[in-house]
Amino acid sequence: MSDNIVEINNLSFGYKGRLLHKGINMSFQRGKVVAIMGGSGSGKTTLLRLIGGQLKPIKGEVKVDGAVVHEQGREGLFNLRRKMGMLFQFGALFTDLSVYENVAFPIREHTDLPESMIRDFVMLKLNAVGLRGAHNLMPTELSGGMARRVALARAVALDPQIIMYDEPFAGLDPISMGVVCNLIRRLNDALGATSIVVTHDVHETFSFVDYVYFVSQGVVVAEGTPDELRKSDMPFVHQFVHGEADGPVPFHYPAADYKLEMLRG
Amino acid sequence: MFSSLKSTIAKIGHNFIEGIWHLGAGGRLFFYILVYLGDSVRRPSLIVREIYATGVLSLLIILVSAFFVGMVLGLQGYNTLQKYGSSEAIGVLVALSLVRELGPVVTALLFAGRAGTAITAEIGLMRATEQLSAMEMMAVSPVGRVLAPRFLAGVISMPILAALFSMIGVLGGYFVAVPLIGVDSGAFWSQMQASVDFREDIVNGVIKSVVFGIVCTMIALFEGYDAPPTAEGVSRATTRTVVYSSLAVLGLDFILTAFMIKV
Repeated sequence: MSDNIVEINNLSFGYKGRLLHKGINMSFQRGKVVAIMGGSGSGKTTLLRLIGGQLKPIKGEVKVDGAVVHEQGREGLFNLRRKMGMLFQFGALFTDLSVYENVAFPIREHTDLPESMIRDFVMLKLNAVGLRGAHNLMPTELSGGMARRVALARAVALDPQIIMYDEPFAGLDPISMGVVCNLIRRLNDALGATSIVVTHDVHETFSFVDYVYFVSQGVVVAEGTPDELRKSDMPFVHQFVHGEADGPVPFHYPAADYKLEMLRG
Repeated sequence: MFSSLKSTIAKIGHNFIEGIWHLGAGGRLFFYILVYLGDSVRRPSLIVREIYATGVLSLLIILVSAFFVGMVLGLQGYNTLQKYGSSEAIGVLVALSLVRELGPVVTALLFAGRAGTAITAEIGLMRATEQLSAMEMMAVSPVGRVLAPRFLAGVISMPILAALFSMIGVLGGYFVAVPLIGVDSGAFWSQMQASVDFREDIVNGVIKSVVFGIVCTMIALFEGYDAPPTAEGVSRATTRTVVYSSLAVLGLDFILTAFMIKV
């Protein structure tokens, strides 16, 4: 069994002739929490979709547990996805189902467990995210942070080997952010899973992940442990970590010379 | 001049190709739904829930409309028939109009407006809020879990709604013709019973309503599933559901009637 549960080899992907990824290589070691960071529009979420087999690469491959994702048929892909759990940016809870039913959904779909056992599992997962008492609520009655935690309970309902998080901190207050950071780490270690966290929140992420990839303009520009990256003198990493407006990632969208444009009227 | 002509031709060509593409994508989705129908049948609770959403919740608008349509038929029918001294035939006129044409067609139009738009908006929003993607990532097919039960529910609901429409429509016609105008009640019912043929009229009406049910539900499902994941995308898809369903129902009604009537 390979040390890496997910491997991305020489991956290229793009939409409508525009390349988003240009030969990306990454590996995700079993049991680790790995962050993929980069600016908005750098293709981080797309990477998760490529790992989940929702998109097919133009070149290269994504391997999950030794299997090349884009070569799988429908059954093979569904078998791979049973090893994965994914937390979407805004939770993606089913709005017509209660919190309880949302968490029970994957269990009902993939097992024939009796109702009493499903209840035990659901309550266990909801307890892990601190929302056992909210099991009767509907998704519309939850705050953003609570919805994210319910979605997390649903993502880990079947104890997946890989848990993917798409912008888990977006729009959360500092308390909820701390809770979610803590949960990601605790759940990963308790389940013995591998977590892939797509985010651009540097300080929260550096506090709990084991390894970080920085993606910019379609390539991996830096990688390392949070400590290594904090000390890095690479201009991109420095700009990103310190939140500087201008640098290798320009503040201005590419445009003609401002002075010439003004003179032209 | 030349460039505007060129861009117009290019636009027409683009729309044509887009139309063909949509037709193909719709056909493919229909095929997938058929593949997953077996799974849906094994989970009747999902179908019952959708029958409630599409059928039961459409009942009020359909029954009220049916009663008014029946009353108008009664009034218009009596007005014309009395000129020829055959006002007792009002029951036949109301029943045949409803069972053969108005029942299936008006029900389908109302169904598209009430249930079809609800289906499109719901599925479009599920896509926009990544609920369908979440389902895919949980190794659950959205076609099997979301679309196929709704399709079955629509196809089951439509003939029942059309039958109820015709029944209530006849009662509306009766209400105007017998208590209000004073046509003989016995003549109203007996002429209707003698003239409405089970095979030629009722079965043909049911066939029409099943076809309309398939078409309206399929259009609603496809438009929702294919909707761009934005507020504008969902709103446009909802509008398209009503427009395409209405045109399809009226066009198909002519084609089916042409096959059913032996001229």
